[in-house]
Formats: sequence, C-alpha cells, structure tokens
Amino acid sequence: MIFFLQNLVNALQWGSFYALIALGYSMVYGILMLFNFAHGDIFMVGAYIGFGVATGLLALVSTGMITAPNWMILVLTILFSMILTSFVGMIVERVGYRPLRDAPRASAAITGLMIGIILETGNLILLGARRVSFPALIQTETYNLGGVYITNKKIMIVVVSLALMLALHQFVQRTKWGMAMRAMAYDYTVVPLMGVSINTIARLTFAIGSALAAAAGILFGVAYPVLDPYMGIVFGWKAFVAAILGGRGSVLGATLAGFLLGFIEIFVAMIFPSTLRDLIAYSIILLILVFRPHGFFGEPYSARLRL
Amino acid sequence: MPLLEVKNMSHDFGGLRAVSDYNLVIEPGQVRGLIGPNGAGKTTVFNLLTGVYRPTEGEILLEGKNIVGLQPYQIASMGLGRTFQELRLWRHMTVLEHVKMARYSKLGYGLIGAFLGTPKRHRKEADNESKAYALLEMLGILQLADQVVTNLPYGAQRRVEMARALAMEPKILFLDEPTAGMNPEELIQMMKIIREIKDRFGLAIFLIEHRLRMVMELCEVIQTLVFGKVIAEGNPEQIQKNPKVIDAYLGTETVE
Repeated sequence: MIFFLQNLVNALQWGSFYALIALGYSMVYGILMLFNFAHGDIFMVGAYIGFGVATGLLALVSTGMITAPNWMILVLTILFSMILTSFVGMIVERVGYRPLRDAPRASAAITGLMIGIILETGNLILLGARRVSFPALIQTETYNLGGVYITNKKIMIVVVSLALMLALHQFVQRTKWGMAMRAMAYDYTVVPLMGVSINTIARLTFAIGSALAAAAGILFGVAYPVLDPYMGIVFGWKAFVAAILGGRGSVLGATLAGFLLGFIEIFVAMIFPSTLRDLIAYSIILLILVFRPHGFFGEPYSARLRL
Repeated sequence: MPLLEVKNMSHDFGGLRAVSDYNLVIEPGQVRGLIGPNGAGKTTVFNLLTGVYRPTEGEILLEGKNIVGLQPYQIASMGLGRTFQELRLWRHMTVLEHVKMARYSKLGYGLIGAFLGTPKRHRKEADNESKAYALLEMLGILQLADQVVTNLPYGAQRRVEMARALAMEPKILFLDEPTAGMNPEELIQMMKIIREIKDRFGLAIFLIEHRLRMVMELCEVIQTLVFGKVIAEGNPEQIQKNPKVIDAYLGTETVE
C-alpha cells in the first residue's frame, strides 16, 4: 500500500509535466485545427528561458542590487519565463503558421517539425553542445507521511500545475476570449462576423499554450535540473499523445490524459523492468484509443474545420 | 446620408463575372429585399458586402466610409450583422453562450483582468449576460437559454442565429434566406419576428429570400438579381408586374 502511494505521488508529479504540455497541444489542435509539432521544443525553450531568468536574477541578488529570498526568485522566474515564452509562441504562430492558413494541413504539420529543428539547433549554436544545470532555487526537504516520502518540490510542482490548469479552465469557460476560442473550435468562419479577429485568438492560443509549456519546463528544471536542447522531443511526443487521448480541444481531457500517462508510465515501471516502460505503457494507450478513438472528451464527428 | 451605399461593385471568380456593376442604397430603418433564381449571385453580394470577398471593382460605403479591403471582423464591429442561409452555429455551445459571444467586442476588459478574475471582469460579464437574457426573451427562446444548440429544432436554431446577429447591436442586418427549410407555421413566426425586430430596434434589414410572398410583404424596395446583374428594382407592386422578373422566375414558355 505504501509502495503504491509512493508511486502515486511520483506519478502525480510526472503527470503534471505531461498535462501542462498537453494543454498547449490540445488548445492549438482544438481551436486552430493544426498540430503544432514544435510545441515540445517550446517546452525546451521555456526551460532554457527559465534557466536564463533564474541565473540572471541570482546574479542580481549576489551583486546586492536586489534582495529576494529564493522562493521569490522562483516565482519571478516562472512568471517572467511564461511571459517571454509566450512571445516565442506568438512569433512561431506569426512566422510559421499564419502564412500557411490556407495551405494543406500536411504543410502546417511539417512547419511544426521544422520550427522544432530550428529551435533545437538554434539553442545548440547559442549555448553550445553542453548540458546546463538549472540553478537549485529550493533545497529539497523530505517529509515522511506514514512511510510515504514527499518532497517539498513535488508538492510545489503539483500545486503550481493544478493552479495553472484551474486558471486556464476559468479563462476558457468564463471570459470572452475563452468563449471566442470555443466558438472557433466549432466554426471559425462565423467568428469574425461577431467582430472578433481570428488572428488575435490564434495568437492568444499560442501564447497561452507556450506559457504553460514554459511553466512545465521550469518545474521540470526544478525536479530534474539538467537541461539539454533535445529534452523537448520525447516529452513533446508523449504530451501530444495525451492531448489526442484527452479529446480534441478539451482542457479537462488533456489534463486527465496527461496525468493518466504519468500514472501508466510510473506504474508500469513499478511492476516491470524500466527498460520496458514505454513499450508497455504506450501499448496500453494504443489499446485505449482503439476503444475510444475520439479520446476521452472528444466528439465523434469528422474534423471539418480548417484554418 | 444613406446607411449603406454600394457603387458599381463587380466581382470576378477566375474569369467569371459573378456580380456585375451592382448598385445599392439602403436608408436607415429601411427593409430591402434581394431576390433572384438559384446561382444568381445573391449570397456573393452578401459576402462582398461583409468583407468575406473583396470586390474586384467598386466602392462600398458604410455611413459614408469606404469599407472595401477591411477585414470581416472590422466591418462586423462597424455595425453590419448577418445570418446564414445554412445554419452556422457553434454546435456544442448553449443558446446563451451564442448571444454572449456575439457581444464580445462590446466587452471592455483586459487580458490580465480575465486571468485574475477582477471585479471589473465579473461586472462586465454579468452585464453581458443580463443583456443576452433580455434578447433571448424578446425572440421567444428564453426557456432554451441553457440548451446546447445541436439539440434544438430547426426553427429554434434559426432564432438563435437571429439572436446572435442582433446581439451585436448592428445598424443593418443581413438575412440570408431566414426561412429556408421552414414549414409554413415557422415561416409565419419568422415573419413576425422580422417585423418585430424592425419596429423594436429600428434597424435596416437587407433580406435575401426565395419565397416571394415573404419578400413582397416585408420589403419596401426589392432588387432582382439574375446572373449577377440587377434586372429590376422597385417596390413590391412594380416588381410583381415587371415582365423581366416574371420571365426570370417563370421562364419564357407560356403555359396554356
């Protein structure tokens, strides 16, 4: 039982990363009807931006120009990096996707792949072929809850992730922009006739998705402080799986599927040798898709929207 | 100054002239009709005026301002509302959400407020909601407010589309065959609604219709479009007697 609970805690943390990244995939897919395959690399860029911001803030503290406790530096790092990364997302949308609105979907898909490669190699050129370590902003403290070990980092990661997801849910359900996003997912051609610019909503969608990926990147850096330019690839794929599994454009679906992926991976690794983890975990997911081809919250209708 | 004025508008699709030398004047509060056989270019005229297509030639003046080349969302927020021949609703959104969404551009609050849920956002959204409810009541679909539109009968969906267009508070409303596919009972209801809208909001209406009876009863001035050209313009009586219109609608063959 304790063993189970311990893995549950680990799975929650692991699932948080997937869920945060999956949300960006799912929003872009649901609203703009395109797969932004560069999204995993946006996660990487977010982590590096976080690294840069945190290092910069720490340098300012060490010169005595500002005084701030480490937790405040972490909060500021997350905030600034989310904002900066959202601009990266908006640039990707403007440069890579907007000119291809009327192009075949396959062209838009390879655009994502190419932007991904550009971001990876751009990072290599900029920072060199070495791994960087994310500054340790919080010291790990371990709490023993009846045999289950929980660290302060894990709590922080799960709480921050859930708070962001809740904020996104509120935004999508309760605000005019959220409403415009949902409307666009059903029929975007009518949206401009309500006086709403499609470009604004597209930009906003990319900005929010990228900001969430940046948050995931920094939280990942806090838990596993080694960053490399290719860290986003496999994470991106898996989060993409979660996005599709959740159902097109569903915030709740992407969140649940992200966590489910985390759970399946961790629990498979708990039972089987960890080399078999992905093989077994993704076979299970393949099986789920066979029975629920539209994902958990997807609607069973053919995709007819284009943008 | 007329509310909407179109001067010598033409549009080519490839080599085909879909609309040719089209002129139109709509005064505030006027109800105008556009009739013509299938494929005459009626919906194309709507698409040109609402900015979906850009005319090859000509000018479109909305309250004296040339709107050619503006984006559809800009034209819409200048006061041009529209419904579609085939229903274009957001299938899994509720009736209330449709109307709220249409008032998007009238809701002034910022992104930061949206994320943080400031009192201003709540106030604006609440105000928007109460206005949306009022409109639904007027159109007789208040009891459907929380229903998802795909579950509604066809006639009700038509009303939702009308409510959505009205929610933008347009100065002129374009209705593209609002009674398409309706049964006679629904047709009479829709005519009542259109009259009511005209009286209540005092807005100008530009109506495309197949059913001549409806156009004749509602419109002050009617244009007849055939192959992209206006072949006749006048009040209902003049149109009904115009030999070209009779020709276009009934064909040249005389029935014994």
